[in-house]
Amino acid sequence: MKISFSINGQKKSVETDGDTPLLWVIRDMLDLKGTKFGCGKAACGACTVHVDGESIRSCSFAAKWAEGREITTIEGLGTAEDPHPVQQAWIEEIVPQCGYCQPGFMMATAALLDKVPSPTDEDIDNNIINVCRCGTYYRMRKAIHRAAEIKKSNTNT
Amino acid sequence: MKYLFILLFACSAIVVAFNLQNDPVVETIPAVTASITTAASEDNTAFDTMMKVLMHKRCVNCHPSDAYPRQGEDSHIHRFGIERGKANHGAEATTCNTCHQADNNNQSGVPGAPEWSLAPLSMAWQGLSRTEIARSMLDRKRNGNRSIKEIEHHLTEHELVLWAWEPGVDNEGNPREKPPVSKEDYIAAVKKWVEEGAHIPDE
Repeated sequence: MKISFSINGQKKSVETDGDTPLLWVIRDMLDLKGTKFGCGKAACGACTVHVDGESIRSCSFAAKWAEGREITTIEGLGTAEDPHPVQQAWIEEIVPQCGYCQPGFMMATAALLDKVPSPTDEDIDNNIINVCRCGTYYRMRKAIHRAAEIKKSNTNT
Repeated sequence: MKYLFILLFACSAIVVAFNLQNDPVVETIPAVTASITTAASEDNTAFDTMMKVLMHKRCVNCHPSDAYPRQGEDSHIHRFGIERGKANHGAEATTCNTCHQADNNNQSGVPGAPEWSLAPLSMAWQGLSRTEIARSMLDRKRNGNRSIKEIEHHLTEHELVLWAWEPGVDNEGNPREKPPVSKEDYIAAVKKWVEEGAHIPDE
């Protein structure tokens, strides 16, 4: 079936089985490799992207549900010249170790800050449930608080 | 004559014994109080059939009595620290729909149906008896101010409820257990129970 949507601000159409996971449309058909395959069971969060601003696990999101919707991947969050506050905070706090899971964490964090601009540790625990095998959680927590500060500062200026 | 009397007495005893075994209250104690007579003489088949479904894990897993959704055949607390949240739909940015969509995903094993969410705490069923569940369903203070016809609609037509008969597979590809009654028999039982006045029998 033909599925049309917007991804990172660009209109795209793909021809695929409607039950194909959105993850494979993003990675294999659109060649956007920032979104990662982790568990394939919506458990680890490495494949997290935004659909209409909401966090979803793209490994468990059938492509047919993307019809007419706006998708954002890590490539669309910010640019090297103008990084998203979450990306900026991740750089400042030197969060990644191997880095594989980090795009999913950053997408989940960006969605959290849209809903909860100044998250508490409890908010972070409840919302950021992705898995990092390197154990970078401690640095991520600091980066999430830092990202909230940067975003607030950007809003005020 | 003496033998005839003995024969009649013996036959009467057999009849009484038979009745005692099969329908003791109605046949042998006709003058007991109205409520007991009513309960014993009623046909609760529709209620019994309906409650076999509503007590099943496919229903109760999403009607928890605390802050945690249940999942699986053993009704364990939802993995990944998922909580009810303020709107019964998970946390602010990690909602039910972060993973659960409008239909089952049989590749990942994540179940889904339209309006996937937890029932509010006022509609908690976990740990309740079947009559307590029925009473909560009929209580407009607890059932979202629904009329009995609206309850019937929810029970028989809401896609999220009927998902119980199309529960898909788990994350290892094993089919989830369905309720012990067919969808058709369940729907017929709910409609009959409502039509007959939604009577809740004694425990």
